[in-house]
Amino acid sequence: MTGTGELEAVIGLEIHVQLSTRTKMFCGCELSFGDQPNVHTCPVCLAHPGVLPVPNRKAIEYALLIAAALECEVAPRSIFHRKNYFYPDSPKAYQISQFDIPIAGAGRLGDVRIHRVHLEEDAAKMIHVGESGRIQGSDASLVDFNRGGTPLVEIVTEPDLRSGAQVREWGQLLRATIKQLGVSDVNMEEGSLRCDANVSVRPSGSDRLGTKTEMKNMNSFRFIERGIEAEIARQKEVIASGGKVVQETLHFDPSTSELHSLRSKEEAHDYRYMPEPDLVPIAPTRAMLDAAAGALPELPAGRSRRYREDLAVSDSAALQLSFEVEWAEFFEGVIAHDTEIEPRAAANWVTGEFAAELRKQGDQGLSETRVTPDALGALVKLVGSKRISHASAKDVLAEMVAEGADPLEVVEERGLEQISDSGELEAIVATAIDENPKPAEQVRSGNEKAIGALVGAVMKATQGRADGGEVTRLLRRDLGL
Amino acid sequence: MADRDLLRATAAETASLIADGQVSATECLDAWLARVGEDDLNGYLWKADAAAAGQTVDRAAADPVAGVPVAVKDIFCTAGVPTTAGSRILDGYLPPYTATAVSRLAAAGVPMLGKTNMDEFAMGSSNENSAFGPVLNPWDHGRVPGGSSGGSAAVVAGGLAPWALGTDTGGSIRQPAALCGIVGLKPTYGAISRYGMIAFASSLDQCGPLTRDVTDAALMLSRLEGRDEMDSTSVGIEGGVDPPSATDLKGLRFGIPADLIGEGMEEGVREVFDQTAATIERLGGSIESIKLPHSDHGISAYYVLAPAEASTNLSRYDGVRYGIRESNADLDSMYEETRGEGFGPEVKRRIMLGTYALSSGYYEAYYGRAQRVRTMIVRDFTAAFEQVDFVITPTSPTVAFGLGEKTADPWSMYLNDLYTVPMSLAGIPAISIPAGTAEPAGGGPGLPVGFQIAAPAFSEQSLLEAAFALEGAIGFNQAPPGAKR
Repeated sequence: MTGTGELEAVIGLEIHVQLSTRTKMFCGCELSFGDQPNVHTCPVCLAHPGVLPVPNRKAIEYALLIAAALECEVAPRSIFHRKNYFYPDSPKAYQISQFDIPIAGAGRLGDVRIHRVHLEEDAAKMIHVGESGRIQGSDASLVDFNRGGTPLVEIVTEPDLRSGAQVREWGQLLRATIKQLGVSDVNMEEGSLRCDANVSVRPSGSDRLGTKTEMKNMNSFRFIERGIEAEIARQKEVIASGGKVVQETLHFDPSTSELHSLRSKEEAHDYRYMPEPDLVPIAPTRAMLDAAAGALPELPAGRSRRYREDLAVSDSAALQLSFEVEWAEFFEGVIAHDTEIEPRAAANWVTGEFAAELRKQGDQGLSETRVTPDALGALVKLVGSKRISHASAKDVLAEMVAEGADPLEVVEERGLEQISDSGELEAIVATAIDENPKPAEQVRSGNEKAIGALVGAVMKATQGRADGGEVTRLLRRDLGL
Repeated sequence: MADRDLLRATAAETASLIADGQVSATECLDAWLARVGEDDLNGYLWKADAAAAGQTVDRAAADPVAGVPVAVKDIFCTAGVPTTAGSRILDGYLPPYTATAVSRLAAAGVPMLGKTNMDEFAMGSSNENSAFGPVLNPWDHGRVPGGSSGGSAAVVAGGLAPWALGTDTGGSIRQPAALCGIVGLKPTYGAISRYGMIAFASSLDQCGPLTRDVTDAALMLSRLEGRDEMDSTSVGIEGGVDPPSATDLKGLRFGIPADLIGEGMEEGVREVFDQTAATIERLGGSIESIKLPHSDHGISAYYVLAPAEASTNLSRYDGVRYGIRESNADLDSMYEETRGEGFGPEVKRRIMLGTYALSSGYYEAYYGRAQRVRTMIVRDFTAAFEQVDFVITPTSPTVAFGLGEKTADPWSMYLNDLYTVPMSLAGIPAISIPAGTAEPAGGGPGLPVGFQIAAPAFSEQSLLEAAFALEGAIGFNQAPPGAKR
């Protein structure tokens, strides 16, 4: 690649999702995390001679659910293959995976196309004893087969992503989507969701792909974003200095922001894929496909679109609410309080002031707070109908979060209701002008900023019970502006 | 009753003796265990003790076959009982579980007499590929019993077991049954669970009975067949299997695939085959010529597909979890030395063949093409079965050959499976029954010749009926000279 034009990054992702089925992909052992090593094993997942795999029906149903959520086409008959490689984490010395006919493909999530979705089994976990931390040079290597055989869905995107930030945002959307399906814990630190990225650069607008590097196993989307940005910068630098990108596998160290080249287990793998003769093809019935489609909840992407387009919620609040189902449900409870409530304002209260107040008061979660959606709805309505001021509303909210108080009672108790009698307010405004001749004169002579002091005086006189907009309007009128 | 009479009885006759109270199941077992102790054929790799085997007898005496003990090929995993598949790499291995086929027999009250010798991982046609020495043919101790279920065939023929369990991938039940003068049945692929059968070539492996007569084969099959939730490719035989009773072959059409059984057949084998065809006609059956145009490519396709599957099936023997481990120096040495020491030369040859056939860049030319040949062979049989009810061939082109005679030439050894491999590739059932004896190529006393009958998938009942009628008309009743039966 030569030339001095702009370079653009091209990124595709491979995401492994551990399914939260009760048992493993091909045997009856229970899934676990953090248990004693090698307690969830049997002849099948230890690959004793003569054993056979039996597919987990639930895992197939979960894969179909993911396929439906990603708007994929499901293969009428997909088959399993053996992916052969020698390593102690693979007791059969082959992984049962899918190769040329995956269970689903040709889907989409947001603005990224899905290339394929396939089912496979996870490898066992290895621990290398010794300073190297790797099998080479270790004193001993231990294998824990508890994880071996956990059902995995691998999702491969088309190379539709262009930046680290886009990868982070889209990754979070995918994670939220799968979480909502209830088919995985999607916990990146525990490895139940793992993401690899293929990164290359090319002249902007070109339709050819440059040489890619693969970034492995990053355990948060923030790190992925930083790692990808670092790798894009590195590749651009290589090309700018007349070099060529070399195909390799890289590891990003988030503590040093450095990229390291990983030597693969065996250079140039030949996995000798072979159709798995121990398993029959997966041929989902109409009923299975209908069940998957019927079981789909409203997913983050659709929910976010509905909030923006139908309810005029701001983009950021819509995104925030739809990524966390319990927040979305809370929000919907708030607007259900009264049809007069404006959803846009309610969304801002929920994701803004309310979320902030929960954090401030002991970092409470939604499940812990004593504030009900209905009570918050009552508060939002009080503000919307101008019965209390925004400033008062924040005080009321603090009391609601602290004591589970009813907003109407607090308003009444403390006399926070705004002055709705315009005659009363007009009298207070006139008094303020009389008592503050200096700023009044400044305003009259064109210094509009001086009106602030007059507003302050009215607010003081009303103990904050006046609507700021209305006060300003009256002051301007009386001062001849 | 005298032990001699008991030990000469077929399994079905033994079952009647037990049912009639002429002998107790325990007496029967003790008599057979004593006989097993006299094994002079190297047929057994492990012999049961009376206490352990006796527990099975007591457990399910209700089944009519309860108490008739069985010899089990050492390819079946048996909990707590050494299981080697004839390989040094599994020396000392004690499985934590039992194969479904063995469990089903045990559930019917059939105790296990012992584990029989075999070609390593069922790869071979002479039993000379066992890590534990060759099995001798009871008809002539200088000759091979066939393979890979050579131990199972030899102990039944030699009077060291009433019946035996074997496995067949390309002829491993039928060919040794033929060379030892007994009955061997390979059922339809999927008729019996493969769970616990150590895999050689998963898309071809199927277990089945080696017995003294067709009735016993039906009896054992009836206890073995059925769907098993541990094997998702198993389906069982609809309607089950009943004892056969046909006495003629009226209206049945038998096809001879002329293009398959031309080359390499010994003259004596051809004579027995022709006589048997004449017997079929005498029983009212008709003989027709059929075409199986692709079946002569069966051996070539088989020796790509079976090694390819074997190369991945045998990868699990890596020294990590069970069996022998030859080195702890580092990961590669552990793999290389364990597998280098553990596997014999024929197994290594097939692993290398299979690894090559699956390699990137060669897959289409070898595995892909062999799969297409397999599909054509399936279609050939489908077309043939529109014309005839059964396909008949000699089971093997030769009678039992001498120990060491073919070991230097793998291809001539492979050709011994020429007539049995096509049925394996098509997944259809086939039985070998003894049809007479013939002089071996270099002269000498007569040796058994097997007659193979193949039928459409899952038509075991009609296959057994035809074999039963033919068996009665042939009247083959010879035991090996000097054998203890």
